[in-house]
Amino acid sequence: MITVTDLTKRYARHTAVDHISFEVHKGQIVGFLGPNGAGKTTTMRMLTCFLPPTSGNATVAGFDVLEQSFEVKKRIGYLPETPPLYPEMRTAEYLQFVGSLKGLAKAELAKRVDYVCERCAILDVKDKLLGKLSKGYRQRVGLAQAIIHNPDVLILDEPTSGLDPKQINETRELIKSLAGDHTIILSTHILPEVEQTCEQVIIINKGKLVATDSVSNLQNRARGAESLLIEVGARNGLMDPLKVQSRLELVSGVSRVNLKSKYDNRSTFEIESRKGLVRGDLARAVVEAGWDLNELRPTAVSLEEIFLQLTGEPAAAPAEEAVAAGAK
Amino acid sequence: MRNVWIILRKELRSYFVSPVAYLLLAMFGLIFGFFFWVQLSGFVNYAMEMQMRGQMSPMNINESLIRPLLANVRVIGLFFIPLITMRLFAEEKRTGTIELLATSPIRDSEVIVGKWLAAMMLYGCILLLTALNFVFLFKYGRPDWKPLAIGYLGLLLEAGAMLAIGTFISTLTKNQIIAGAVTFAACLILWVFEWVSEFETATWAQVLSYMSITTHAQSFAKGLLSLKDAIYYVSAIFLGLFLTARSMESLRWRS
Repeated sequence: MITVTDLTKRYARHTAVDHISFEVHKGQIVGFLGPNGAGKTTTMRMLTCFLPPTSGNATVAGFDVLEQSFEVKKRIGYLPETPPLYPEMRTAEYLQFVGSLKGLAKAELAKRVDYVCERCAILDVKDKLLGKLSKGYRQRVGLAQAIIHNPDVLILDEPTSGLDPKQINETRELIKSLAGDHTIILSTHILPEVEQTCEQVIIINKGKLVATDSVSNLQNRARGAESLLIEVGARNGLMDPLKVQSRLELVSGVSRVNLKSKYDNRSTFEIESRKGLVRGDLARAVVEAGWDLNELRPTAVSLEEIFLQLTGEPAAAPAEEAVAAGAK
Repeated sequence: MRNVWIILRKELRSYFVSPVAYLLLAMFGLIFGFFFWVQLSGFVNYAMEMQMRGQMSPMNINESLIRPLLANVRVIGLFFIPLITMRLFAEEKRTGTIELLATSPIRDSEVIVGKWLAAMMLYGCILLLTALNFVFLFKYGRPDWKPLAIGYLGLLLEAGAMLAIGTFISTLTKNQIIAGAVTFAACLILWVFEWVSEFETATWAQVLSYMSITTHAQSFAKGLLSLKDAIYYVSAIFLGLFLTARSMESLRWRS
């Protein structure tokens, strides 16, 4: 549905997007992931024909964004970072305006407006002024205008930014429900969002493509390793966590043991290990040493770690992050 | 054509739903009403004086009342036109709605013409409001309506040129106040270029004078339908809208 080859956008001083290529198939939801300033918005603007690429090309639904921009524009719905709303218009009026702008016939228009209002749960603000809507509603009206003409491709730039957690969930569900009928590209810098909503992920950093794969593949391929959480307790009296740690490190297959938290009579550790029978060995080692095994479970490698690995940024320990945040 | 109409309707709505249009109409009506009253009183007094002196020289209401009043409309218009055009593109750029227009299947030219036509219509409403004052003259006197109509045609053409310039300047900035101020300055400069012809006859002065919108307003003001001046205004409108289109295009390549 979308093919991007060697797409580049150069400004006078810097290159915002540097030779990126990817492909998106019909009906997929693709997450466009990268830190702020990575070139996500620029890429999206090129796909929506708002900005012309410096070199390379992109086709949407088989039409070139530069040569056949009119055909492309008919087939995309676009939600920019800030929803493009006219504050002095009322919701229904605005949707009618956008619909007619996208070329909907008058007879169809009223039906589509009702449909998208219902779909995006904005029926109760249909006659309100857009300028008076809350952030969550503004975002949903923005989404409604993007799907008003039932486009083949939806391009959503940070659709959940600035929403509260409940609204974020609702918006994600809404986006998920739109897949199938539409091919969706959404950009975000929030990793769990991609894990929850997308099938495919495209990671870019500093204008360059870092990785493109399915979410599950990325999680698998991150390490041939498993990460485990173990809580060890002592039934009577105190327990020296360092002693436990050095015992755990002796178990074959364990590559790293981190003390996560300690209390008087129990401690939790994070363990990185090869995949295999390590869990059984760990349990045996703990029990044989006379401690209690309170908990032992695998923790999934989060996309966050993969992302940090791929973009080559050092994975900061939570404590350091907290210090850094405090220093600001 | 359909798209021009969509944009035109949207722009007119935002003029008339917000207080902008009513405020402009009210202020223009008030200011022009005052001018009208002062000029008319002056005219009536002068006429009475002439009668008392026993001089019955014929007084032409078109020459001595309507023409100066139309000149007043021109001047007030100079102040109001930047207020009409300053938001056209500057606001879309500031709020980001320009992205909606630029990613919709609609040509830049359709957006531009739609917006300019909306500004023209608002100014047309203002001119209609001033015309109401003149209706009274027809009730109590017998002015010639043709020079008045031609005078209004001239006002509309001249405003069209200035509105096109204002539309262009509005694409250059996100800031409405800057757009308004620069438009006012540009129109004022074009307005007063004509003055050089009073003391200088060299070619450059003639060129400047030709460029001036005031030069071309004179024959319309006298009630003469002048094709030459009409062509000047129409080409100024085209130039303004053409520059707007170029500016919108360069916006994409730069931003």
